Amino acid sequence: MTEQANTIEPMSLAEIAREHGDESVSNREAVFQVNDLSVSYSGNVAIRDVSLNVYRNAVTAFIGPSGCGKSTLIRCFDRMNDLVPGAKVEGDVLYHGADLYAPDVDPVEVRRRIGMVFQKPNPFPKSIYDNVAFGPRVLGLKGNLDERVERALHQAVLWDEVKDRLKESALGLSGGQQQRLCIARCLAVEPDVILMDEPASALDPISTTRIEDLMHELKREYTIVIVTHNMQQAARVADMTAFFSVEVDEETGKRTGILVEYDKTAKIFTTPADKRTEDYVTGRFG
Amino acid sequence: MSRSLKGALFKGLLLFSLFVGFLMLAVLLVDVFQDGLPYLDLALLTNPPSSDPEIAGARPAIIATLYIGVLLLLFVVPIGVFTAIYLEEYADKTRWYNKLLEINIQNLAAVPSIVYGILGLAFLVRGLGLGRVLLAGAMILTLLVLPTVIIAAREAIRSVPDSIRQGGYALGATQWQVVSRQVLPAAVPGIATGSILALSRAIGETAPLIMIGAVTYISFDPTILGPFTALPIQIYSFLRLPQAEFKLLAAASIIVLLAILLTLNAFAIYIRNRYRRTW
Repeated sequence: MTEQANTIEPMSLAEIAREHGDESVSNREAVFQVNDLSVSYSGNVAIRDVSLNVYRNAVTAFIGPSGCGKSTLIRCFDRMNDLVPGAKVEGDVLYHGADLYAPDVDPVEVRRRIGMVFQKPNPFPKSIYDNVAFGPRVLGLKGNLDERVERALHQAVLWDEVKDRLKESALGLSGGQQQRLCIARCLAVEPDVILMDEPASALDPISTTRIEDLMHELKREYTIVIVTHNMQQAARVADMTAFFSVEVDEETGKRTGILVEYDKTAKIFTTPADKRTEDYVTGRFG
Repeated sequence: MSRSLKGALFKGLLLFSLFVGFLMLAVLLVDVFQDGLPYLDLALLTNPPSSDPEIAGARPAIIATLYIGVLLLLFVVPIGVFTAIYLEEYADKTRWYNKLLEINIQNLAAVPSIVYGILGLAFLVRGLGLGRVLLAGAMILTLLVLPTVIIAAREAIRSVPDSIRQGGYALGATQWQVVSRQVLPAAVPGIATGSILALSRAIGETAPLIMIGAVTYISFDPTILGPFTALPIQIYSFLRLPQAEFKLLAAASIIVLLAILLTLNAFAIYIRNRYRRTW
């Protein structure tokens, strides 16, 4: 039984990827252009010399083993790394052609355009309504707040479950509901891009499926970047997939993340160009 | 010695330690209540001190203690909380001056209260020329408990998980918005508890107030900028008088002081339990 599953899985992954990947993605406008990006924390290089483009209205997945720097990379897109003392970003991240790390760019302004959903659901210890309304309130967004909250909850497919208890604490929701609430919270400020850092890794399979379905819906309006450990997930949701790996310095033993291969998801899971990618996606490594 | 015997001995030691503390408290309470209860009447709360123990009360001292409590909270909560916010949320902890600040605050919490009294006498009463007034007493007690409040507020702020801050920042909130709308509300229970416990410590303090000269015989209601005495000092004053009845009056005043302190502590515990959060 297990043996059979092992031999079938790589095949089905490729099939999943062929079914879902959108072939025309790389002709679209690039929302992010990353050139020779390196990030270090207090001198330790977490990820080195990454160059890739993130395309509009597509889902881009970052996959790879632990410590390969994929979370570090996604946190460059909304400048969340600025909050880490000792973090240093070198190279370029262009957002619609503008340098995200130019001296006159305010990270607060960056984050109102680029939303983020975290690995562990992190609802605020407030009511469901206040969680979704937090973003519009702090940004001073105009318009009817009730409508905005309702729209965001609809988009996150949470409305029907919470419409009768908007004033109740968000901490009373299940893990999957909390994560969709965090997505709704992010959508309420109408961002341009949604970054998701392993959004389903703390959730059960049913909740995971719902989040994945949601991503298919959301990419019509938004550009999505997702970090995931789960290769099936990448194959199911992503149009483009980047595979990262860890390079160990033989002298110092220091581990650095590198981008191995970046291509259409179908290509990554069927005919990867790099041996390391092939080993990883067929389950021989990692 | 068998292992089970060791265990039993250890348990006995634990119970004995517990017993010592409880016994002391029980003896104190029984003794105070025996002496004081007969004298615990309305006259104690409403009458000023007098040479006649039958009509003597502690009204000016009680009022002064309440004034001091309110002023203290007004001073110590904002200063303590803002300091804590700076140290936890804004300070770059790798800088030497921030490390120095931290160490100093820890040390200040351990400075004997009489030293604060000397400071108060030199800088507030004489240096600033405030005189031996209630305001000076409240200010010096503020300095005394400020480190405690800062430490409690820092712990409360630190216990707010980082994921909440990140969630706020990710939505485009500024640092001040994250602090004021997420971190502070979540830290309120811890800050309130720490502040109330600091308040009850300050209200029981005697030494710094003696130092700045709050030992005068006060028979009128105190004002913020006037001379004053406080409840612990009133108790001390009663005890110094020769008539035996004043000893009993002192015991009754102790009951009043204990009642104020226990009420404050109960309130602190209530707040802590009421707003306790699990993340």
